[in-house]
Amino acid sequence: MIEATDLGFRHHARSPWVFQHHSLSLLKGEVGAIIGPNGRGKTTLLKAILGLIKPQQGRVSFAGLPAYVPQGTDTSFPYRVRDLVVMGRARTLGLFASPGRADYQLADEAMARVGIEALASRRLTELSGGQRQLVLIARALASQCDILVLDEPTSALDYHNQNRVLAVLEQARNDGVTVLFTTHSPQHALAIADRVLLMFGPNEYQFGACDDVLTDQQMARLYNIDIRTLPFEHNGQSHRAVVPVFGGMA
Amino acid sequence: MTSQVAPTFLPFRVRGGVWWLLVALLVAVMVVSLSTGNYQVPVNHVVGILASSWWPVDVTWTPVEARVVELIRLPRVLIAALVGASLALAGAALQGALRNPLVGPQIVGVSSGAALGGVLALFLALGTAAVIGSAFVFGALAMLIAYSMARVSGNSSPLTLVLAGIVVSAFCSALVSLLTYLANPEDSLPTIVYWLMGSFATASFEKVWVVGGVLLLAGVPLLLMRFRINVLSLGDEEAQSLGIPVERTRWVVLALCTALVAASVSVSGVVDWVGLVIPHFARLLLGPDHRKVLPASVLMGAAYMVVIDTLARSLTSAEIPLGVLTAIVGAPIFAWLLRQSSRRGALHD
Repeated sequence: MIEATDLGFRHHARSPWVFQHHSLSLLKGEVGAIIGPNGRGKTTLLKAILGLIKPQQGRVSFAGLPAYVPQGTDTSFPYRVRDLVVMGRARTLGLFASPGRADYQLADEAMARVGIEALASRRLTELSGGQRQLVLIARALASQCDILVLDEPTSALDYHNQNRVLAVLEQARNDGVTVLFTTHSPQHALAIADRVLLMFGPNEYQFGACDDVLTDQQMARLYNIDIRTLPFEHNGQSHRAVVPVFGGMA
Repeated sequence: MTSQVAPTFLPFRVRGGVWWLLVALLVAVMVVSLSTGNYQVPVNHVVGILASSWWPVDVTWTPVEARVVELIRLPRVLIAALVGASLALAGAALQGALRNPLVGPQIVGVSSGAALGGVLALFLALGTAAVIGSAFVFGALAMLIAYSMARVSGNSSPLTLVLAGIVVSAFCSALVSLLTYLANPEDSLPTIVYWLMGSFATASFEKVWVVGGVLLLAGVPLLLMRFRINVLSLGDEEAQSLGIPVERTRWVVLALCTALVAASVSVSGVVDWVGLVIPHFARLLLGPDHRKVLPASVLMGAAYMVVIDTLARSLTSAEIPLGVLTAIVGAPIFAWLLRQSSRRGALHD
C-alpha cells in the first residue's frame, strides 16, 4: 500500500514548484502508472514518494517495504548479474556483513521470477537494454519488497521486451506486490494499471481509475496532440488501442 | 557462493587457487628479498634463520647472516609488505567508494597532508616519533578539510570530494615546497628531500608495529566492508535506494583509508602509484567485485612493494628513492593495464 498526500517539491526555496498538492494512493496488489510529458517531473515525483529526495510539503506512508528500479544503472564496475542482484539484500546486511547462502538463494529466486537465471554469470555490460531492466527488477525483488517503484521500466525497449517487462510487473502484482511506475506509453498503463496519475502541470494532476482517467480528451490535453483510442477485440476480450495522430504541425 | 567466478586473466578455472597462488607469491618474494642485497644470503639459509625462531633447526649459516636477515632486512621487508598492503587496500576501497577507478589514496588529500606533517616535523628537527605522529595527524586533517569542503547540506558527492581532495593536495604541496625552500641546506633539507621521495631504509620493528597495528585496526574493518563498497560503487542514489546509509558508509571508508595511508606515509614517506596500480591489477585478475579486489590488493600490494624495495636497494650501489621507482615502474604498467582492462571490459565497456 502506498499513500502519498499533498506532495510538493522544488529544488530551491526560490525556484518554482516542480509539483505541488499531488496525492495518490494504491492498495496492496494494485498497479499505478504516472504519465506526463518530458520534464514534467515524473521521476522527481517517484523519488519524492520514495524519500530519495525530500519533498518540502506533504507526507508519504507505505505499508511494507518499497524497492526502487532506476531507469538504468551506470556502474564504473561491470559486476556479474548474480552479484548485482544480490545487492538487493544490502538493506538487511550490516556494515561489515557480506551476503550469505540465504541471500544468494533469494537472489536466485528473484532471477527466476523475471526469467533471467541463464544470465547469472554474465556481466552487466554484456547485456541488452531489456535484459538490464530485468536485472534491475530482479534486484528489487531480491529485497523481498512489498512495493515496487519503477522509473520508465519500458523506455528504450522493443515490443517484445516491453511485453516481457509488463508481464513481470503483472506477475509481481499477482504475487501481492504493489507496483508504481512512470511511463511515456498510455498503452502500457491501459495494459496493466489499475490507477493512473496524469501530470498536467505543477498544480494540476488527475488521479483515478485507469479507464476514467485515460480518455481521448485528457490524453490530448496532456500531450497537446490529437489522440484517439480505438476499441478492438482480442481473445474475446475488448481492449483499447491508443493512437496518437502524428503530423500536421508543419 | 555456488557459481565460483573464473578469473578473467587465466584461461582455466581455478577454484580458490588464485588466493593460494597470491599468498605463495608474497612469501616467495619476501624470502628472495631477505636473501638479496649487498651481502648475499643463500635462500636456504634465510629459510633456516626464519624457521629457527620457532623450530629447532641445524645451524648452517653464519651469525653475520642471521644478523643481516633478522635485524636489518626483516623489519624492512615487513614494513615494505605492510605499507604496500595498506596503500593498495586503501586505493581499492577509495576507487570503489568514490566510484572512480582513477583515484588513488593521494586523491582525497591524505598523502599530501601526511607529507606536510612529516616535513614540518623534520623541518623543526623533531624526533622519529614526532614525524610519524605529525604525518598521521596532518593526513587526517587534510582529509577532514577536503571532506567538509565537499559536504554541501549534509551530502558529499564523489566528484566534489575528488575535486576538494585535489585542492587540499595542491595547498599542502605548496606548503611542503615552502618548507623545503626554507629548510637548512646543511642538515634538514637532505633529510626532508629523501623522506619525501619515500624510503624504507630507516625501517625498525617499532615502525613495523605502527603500520601493522593500523593495518589490523583499519584494514580488517575495511576488508569486512567489501560488500558495502560494492553497493556504494553503484552511485549514491542507487545505493540509498538499496537501503544503505550512503553518507555514513562513505565516511567510514574514508576514515579507515585515511588511517592506512597516513600510517604508511608516516613511516616511509610518500610512495605514489601503488594504491592506483595494484587495484587495477587485481581487477584484471579477478574481475571488478570488491569482495575479491580488496583482499587481492592486500596480497598483491604487499608483494609489489617488496619487489620494488628490493630493486631500490640492490639495483645500484646507492639506494634509489622508492617514489622514483614506483613511478618509473608504475606509470608504464598503469598505461598497459588501462589498455588491457578496457579491452577485457574489466573497467568499462
